[in-house]
Amino acid sequence: MNWIETFRAGGDAIRAHRLRSILTMLGIVIGIASVILTVGLGQGAQDQVKSQISALGSNLLIVSPGSTTSSSGVRGGFGSASTLTLQDADAMADETAAPDVKQVAPQASTNAELVNGTTNWTTSVIGTTTSWTEVRKRTLSAGRFFTQDEVTDAAHVVVLGPDTASELFSGPTSPVGQTVTLDGTQLTVIGVLASSGASTSGTSEDDQAVMPLSTEKQLTGSTSASVSTIYVEAASQHALSAAYQEIDALLTNLHAVTSATADFSISSQESLVATANSTNKTMTVLLAGIAAISLLVGGIGVMNIMLVSVTERIREIGLRKALGAAPKLIRRQFLVEASLLGLAGGVIGVLIAVVGAQVLPNLISQPVSLSLAATAGALVTSLILGIGFGVYPASRAARLTPIDALRSE
Amino acid sequence: MSEQTTAVISAEPVVELDRIRKVYRSGSIEFEALRGVDIRIDQGEYVAVIGPSGSGKSTLMNILGCLDNPTEGNYLLGGEDVSAMSEAQLAHVRNRRIGFVFQQFHLLSSLPAWRNVELPLIYAGVTRAERRERAVRALERVGLGDRVDNRPGELSGGQQQRVAVARALVTEPDMILADEPTGNLDSASTEAVLGLLDELHDAGRTIVLITHEHEVAARAQRNLVIRDGQITSDVLVAAGGAA
Repeated sequence: MNWIETFRAGGDAIRAHRLRSILTMLGIVIGIASVILTVGLGQGAQDQVKSQISALGSNLLIVSPGSTTSSSGVRGGFGSASTLTLQDADAMADETAAPDVKQVAPQASTNAELVNGTTNWTTSVIGTTTSWTEVRKRTLSAGRFFTQDEVTDAAHVVVLGPDTASELFSGPTSPVGQTVTLDGTQLTVIGVLASSGASTSGTSEDDQAVMPLSTEKQLTGSTSASVSTIYVEAASQHALSAAYQEIDALLTNLHAVTSATADFSISSQESLVATANSTNKTMTVLLAGIAAISLLVGGIGVMNIMLVSVTERIREIGLRKALGAAPKLIRRQFLVEASLLGLAGGVIGVLIAVVGAQVLPNLISQPVSLSLAATAGALVTSLILGIGFGVYPASRAARLTPIDALRSE
Repeated sequence: MSEQTTAVISAEPVVELDRIRKVYRSGSIEFEALRGVDIRIDQGEYVAVIGPSGSGKSTLMNILGCLDNPTEGNYLLGGEDVSAMSEAQLAHVRNRRIGFVFQQFHLLSSLPAWRNVELPLIYAGVTRAERRERAVRALERVGLGDRVDNRPGELSGGQQQRVAVARALVTEPDMILADEPTGNLDSASTEAVLGLLDELHDAGRTIVLITHEHEVAARAQRNLVIRDGQITSDVLVAAGGAA
């Protein structure tokens, strides 16, 4: 009896007990599908974060005030928001002090209510300099950004995010050239930003009002030179760590602190990616662990059914042995049956996962990226489960003596 | 029935049992099921082994059928010593030399008649096309040429037993070993199956029939009576039996 015959006999046995075979496979199907989908969800979340962050520019450094911890990427210290100043930003922009820094965009932000006639909208108001668009990789969909002259003059101009613009100006006419009121001060809308997509820090980058830093200081009545964040664009991605060192040295010197008492923190987009990914990875590992347990339970299900099958088919085994099947062949037949069950369950599980990957993003608005490795791994796992959990029932079947097996009821 | 016209009377022994003993041990208790059995069965003989239950009849059948090894003694089957073979070797011998017919038929209910008949040929390594052809021929031989694709559940008891006989025939074995083949059949089906065995005997087959019914045994050519693990009588019945 060659392998083809063994496979045919195994297929016959699976078909002959259709319901039982389907129920057996169910455990494997669910296990495989959930492993692939959870890994896919985790992968999808990581890809999403990565693409969002790379859209912001990968050679970006973010200097935040107040955090006393290292540059692990954790941004904190709102209470000490006054430790960064415009002077710090100017120092970083200096060619000789920080040659690897290309541009610097200091930014101060508050929340404020904008009014257009009877419509009002509370948004994040950002005061910055002209280099902001380049450093933050933003473009305008209409109008223009403000100029250096307008920064110097604290001109009453504002550039609106696309969401902010649509909230304040409904109707077909362009907001550019119209005015909004902030705390009684009229501001001329000179441009609208193009959409950037969701921000990694939670607030929408599309809902904001950008104006010259001087204007923002004037409107909020602040006289200090402090800023909430300084965005620094390195000359290139390779210059990122050099720029990091330069800024770090510069600020440590300017603020007269040591690295232990530093009142600022510098983070790169890469460290944000790493943080986001490690969070995602924890979730993925957790979910995949649960899915793996369900897969194991599925495998044990295959073993149970194969054991039941051996008991139920003792007479068949006895007959096959009487007709000339050596113990080796009986063992092989049951192994093939178990692996076929496992593999069929795996294939169906992969199909369900592929369909799920198409349907799921529409339901939970989370992307799912199926990885080939996870799918292949799942298939191999299902086969191994089938073989592994088939070994014991198969050897039990092979050990039966033909007389006892034939006589059993 | 001229399929095999050769060697009706031949001195070739198919079975030679020489002082066969079989002892079963269960803990410290020993039970001697066979106490030195000598049997010689020549090719073309139709032998019935008769005995009440507990006589050692089943043990003898197991040893004759190579389903079990004797504790002592030699067994030559077709000239081959099978008394000390391993399980795998015995499986091979059973496949080549013995055609079984059981009281319970032992057909696989999920397979059609011809696929039941081809089973021993699978283990003999015969190609698929040849298996189908030989299985169909064996079914025609037992008068079931029109039931090739029926499953056992769609056949009567007598027909099922004829499928089993076809399965025993299909490998052209040295010996057909029938264990109470009519034990589960009504009288009409019994007659049909025994008639079939008569025909096979006439065609030169070696048949060993295990039974406890004397009417069935009377159909054979030679009757062996076993009692308490020993052959107590070995008589030739009027040739051709009751037929």
